[in-house]
Amino acid sequence: MQDEKFDAIVVGAGPAGVAAAITMARAGLQVVILEKGEKPGSKNVMGGILYRHNLEEVVGEAWKEAPIERPMIEEQRWFMTDQAALRLLGHKNFRHREHPNSWSVLRARFDPWFASKAEEAGAFVINETVVENLVVKDGKVVGVATGREGDLFADVVIVCEGIGLGKRLLEKAGLKKPIRANQAAIAVKEIMALDPAKIEERFNCEPGEGCAVECFGASTMGRAGFMFIYTNQDTLSVGGGVLVSDYNGGVVRARDVGRVDHGVFSPNELMEHFKTHPAIKPLLEGAETVEYVAKMIPEAGYKSMPKLFGDGYLVCGDAAMMANPVHREGSNLAMASGRMAGETVIQAKELGDFSERTLSRYKGRVDNSFIGKDMRKYNDAVPLLEQNPEMLGKYPELLDRALDEFFRVDGVSKWEKQSRILKMFAKEGGVKMAWNTAKAAWTMK
Amino acid sequence: MEKLEDKLFTVRNKKDEGNPHIRVLDHTVCAEKCTGKYCNHFCPAGVYLWSPETAKTLVSYENCIECGACAIGCPFANIDCETPRGGFGVQFKFG
Repeated sequence: MQDEKFDAIVVGAGPAGVAAAITMARAGLQVVILEKGEKPGSKNVMGGILYRHNLEEVVGEAWKEAPIERPMIEEQRWFMTDQAALRLLGHKNFRHREHPNSWSVLRARFDPWFASKAEEAGAFVINETVVENLVVKDGKVVGVATGREGDLFADVVIVCEGIGLGKRLLEKAGLKKPIRANQAAIAVKEIMALDPAKIEERFNCEPGEGCAVECFGASTMGRAGFMFIYTNQDTLSVGGGVLVSDYNGGVVRARDVGRVDHGVFSPNELMEHFKTHPAIKPLLEGAETVEYVAKMIPEAGYKSMPKLFGDGYLVCGDAAMMANPVHREGSNLAMASGRMAGETVIQAKELGDFSERTLSRYKGRVDNSFIGKDMRKYNDAVPLLEQNPEMLGKYPELLDRALDEFFRVDGVSKWEKQSRILKMFAKEGGVKMAWNTAKAAWTMK
Repeated sequence: MEKLEDKLFTVRNKKDEGNPHIRVLDHTVCAEKCTGKYCNHFCPAGVYLWSPETAKTLVSYENCIECGACAIGCPFANIDCETPRGGFGVQFKFG
């Protein structure tokens, strides 16, 4: 394999890498995907929602064969306090029966299927192979150094290594700055086995159909982030996360040590805090944990993205910090960016030019698509919540107390109750709450 | 299931015996500068444990579930975490 030169080397068999490989292989390019796990999906984790649109753009009608868990018919959003759960939103949308929008997915099952589509298109998948370095010659990326196969060469390397473990390829090559502790979340998840009939009963679903529950507020102890329950076929995906710096009590850098300390806690403590909430516990009763996983999630918007292209390389998906944390989207941005990278490489191949100038067309595609637009739109969403912890802490509390007052029959007149509620908001929320609500509405608009 | 050790027991891990992929670079940083012992908390797999007796951070690398947070969570950039060799480390059943 040493002397062979590919058109493209793809690092990582996740949604970004496989989408890029399928796109290029279908155009007749020689493509190899290098995957560090035993097989595609062995090391891949996500919360669990995959979107049809972006999958269909890559595989066409074959999306119908994808090993999904359940189509999401209902979306629920809860605001939680320690004493209550407020179901802000429950959208049961029966259009999703005919035209599925999203599914719950388990990646160790989905990814091998998705990678098999790349193989059918003619790409090679080499498993159990870690890419250790990019091979750079005269300022141009010309290949990769692997742990097992030696050096491999190609006209272009598409880096889809995910948010990555340890020193990432691009960081090692000086092409990306290290991520800071307030730019990514640590999410944990338990896959909990439960009888399908019980899942359907507890989540009010028809057989084979599913529901996504996302919980804000006390569920994350008021920190920026959310906890979720997604219904799978015979398991539940239960998890969530907050910024890495939140577990550190706000400490991001060495100079913060001793200056800030909002209390440290562990991801498992966060998880148990959620699982034992009185509104959540009955939903999980008798469900047995069959796997525990963790993953970092990019949270810092457009400005945290590294340079997406250079002489001989492109960057896609999580490796490019592409995620929309407000809308829990990630795998779809990965797939779309992989497809765009593939299309750019096809053009570069036609032109016989893999220089930075030609590959910069990839960035144009990304910027003009929903990826660039949404990444810019939510640039400030997570910092806003990080810097105003009352938004997910105190405000749900006030809303809960207002509703408690409103619904409680205790001999107090409704006029008096309304006046009490207004006074409470004025006293405890004040002008800042109105201002913050407006700011949040503007940032998340 | 509440306890972390029980949860970690559910993870399929092809151990690369004697080949740790995680290293604390300088234990005196943990001892002298790091008052919060943050890694003891933020690591979702509880890989890190400060041992006052030995004045070292003990690293149970075989429990690692490969989220990569240690490299960015340590405010002193004092943890070096590499990818386990190809085919080793966690191999998820569900993911």
